[in-house]
Amino acid sequence: MRDVTLGQYFPCDSVLHRLDPRLKIVSLIAFIALTFCTFNYASLGIVCAMVIAAVLLSRVPFKMYLKSLKVIIIIVVITSLLNLFYGQGEPIFEWWIFKVTWAGIHNAVFVCVRIVCLILFSSVLTFTTSPNDLTDALERLMKPLTIFHIKVHEIAMMMTIALRFVPTLLEETDKIMAAQKARGADMESGSLISRVKALIPVLVPLFVSSFRRAYELAVAMECRCYQGGKGRTRMKQLKLMKRDYISMAVSLLAIAGVVLCNIFLLSVR
Amino acid sequence: MSLLSARGLTYIYSQGMPTQHVAVDHLDFDIEQGEFVGIIGHTGSGKSTLVQMLNGLLKPTAGTIELDGVNIWSKPKEIRAIRFRVGLVFQYPEYQLFEETVAKDIAFGPTNMGLDAQQIENRVYDAAKFVDLKQELLEKSPFDLSGGEKRRAAIAGVIAMDPDILILDEPCAGLDPVGRDILLSQIYNYHKERGNTVILVSHSMEDVATVCDRVMVMNHAKLEMFDSAQNVFSRRDELSAMGLRVPQITSIVDSLIEAGFPLSKGVLTVDRAVMEITEFLKKEGRL
Ligand SMILES: Nc1ncnc2c1ncn2[C@@H]1O[C@H](COP(=O)(O)OP(=O)(O)O)[C@@H](O)[C@H]1O
Ligand SMILES: [Mg+2]
Repeated sequence: MRDVTLGQYFPCDSVLHRLDPRLKIVSLIAFIALTFCTFNYASLGIVCAMVIAAVLLSRVPFKMYLKSLKVIIIIVVITSLLNLFYGQGEPIFEWWIFKVTWAGIHNAVFVCVRIVCLILFSSVLTFTTSPNDLTDALERLMKPLTIFHIKVHEIAMMMTIALRFVPTLLEETDKIMAAQKARGADMESGSLISRVKALIPVLVPLFVSSFRRAYELAVAMECRCYQGGKGRTRMKQLKLMKRDYISMAVSLLAIAGVVLCNIFLLSVR
Repeated sequence: MSLLSARGLTYIYSQGMPTQHVAVDHLDFDIEQGEFVGIIGHTGSGKSTLVQMLNGLLKPTAGTIELDGVNIWSKPKEIRAIRFRVGLVFQYPEYQLFEETVAKDIAFGPTNMGLDAQQIENRVYDAAKFVDLKQELLEKSPFDLSGGEKRRAAIAGVIAMDPDILILDEPCAGLDPVGRDILLSQIYNYHKERGNTVILVSHSMEDVATVCDRVMVMNHAKLEMFDSAQNVFSRRDELSAMGLRVPQITSIVDSLIEAGFPLSKGVLTVDRAVMEITEFLKKEGRL
């Protein structure tokens, strides 16, 4: 229950950890878009170089990245295989219903590398940015939406609270499951229906305690005179530093590089 | 042959990870049929981990646990049978209640054992009697009970499985003084009437001193002492080095002895202290 790595913060001291979270979010979105705008190997190479640089700079153990890749490895394999065997054009190799073409090979490589880059970019963001910083940055980035009467602060607060309680809920689930197992609850065997039924003794106490926690949290927040985002100032002011401008410049260069490669070099697909 | 014996019992959380933590470290002990054993130790000393191994919820990293001479993990598929024989009441057990009525919740364990309706009804009735839950409460929703009643209902849920060994992990935590005294005496009466083995994890030296025959002292994942309550609480200095203390009455009598009064050492209960002191006063002719 506790091995949920995707989207987990990994605290340590690196340049990427210290970057402005707003910049990191914007760059992530830009890079993901960029990953899907690569049409030849030169531009794909630039994106890969950026991923590798980001992974190395984050100083997060490589094992952590492998763990988050493990989750999607099956998707990568299946989509690459499908692309490999169903490419258009002249077959260079044929067997039974499978036929491999150059287009197929290119497709497979691109799909595989793109998905891996996507996961690695997102992992870099979540590993190097604490959930609080993330929601804080999101709140500021979405600030302009307030003119459409969207309650940005409330949404961000809800996200912060939800993220805060994920580990608590996992721990609680473990505890309740252990307590019911001690009374002979059988959660590992039996038919599908009996397994779903076996969840009731866990879910009911879990809901009850979640409501209790929500209520207690609401009271605690009211005791501290919380009343929404209006007129609220911040303890941590975000300000762009030199390192932020440098990384921004590097990102822009990469984007320009990919665009130029796409324009001046032949597209392989 | 002992009822329950542990050899080299060890538990390591997240083994192989950087957060690796040895919670229980090479424990050896034997517990006999019909004993009332107390476990004390400061927070984080590994008490809860130990008791979860004893009923097969956690599988030891190393070492064995034998129940009636049989290793409980010899047939991993049948570990549920061990959990019925070694009943464990978790800390704050009231958070595990889930059924529509208290009676149905108490019946959860016996139902999982596969008993028939009549047997289940008897079990529920008996268990409710031990913890003094009134008949009309049994038909209520567990969420409408008071805190103390919820706690007792949850304990009844484990007693209803009629385990050979009943383990309670800090059953009195968070109860008011009257509530804890009542609960403790109910547990003691259960032990006396059924003659079953009971293991009580507690923070309260007074509780352990009044009801337990033998006391285990845990410190930093190790078993430091396992002896009669009297012997354990006569080692005041060693206990305080581990952040534990002796019962208040014991330290009062100890001070009196140091001040020169000829009382006997290792007094554990107030009643016993009163007896000692009146005897002394009578001998002196002052009473
Ligand atoms: N699920 C867990 N994962 C990792 N470490 C744990 C877990 N549960 C307990 N621990 C650690 O094991 C040690 C012993 O805990 P525990 O058995 O609960 O002690 P006690 O009940 O005596 O307070 C503590 O240091 C605790 O931090
Ligand atoms: Mg504990």
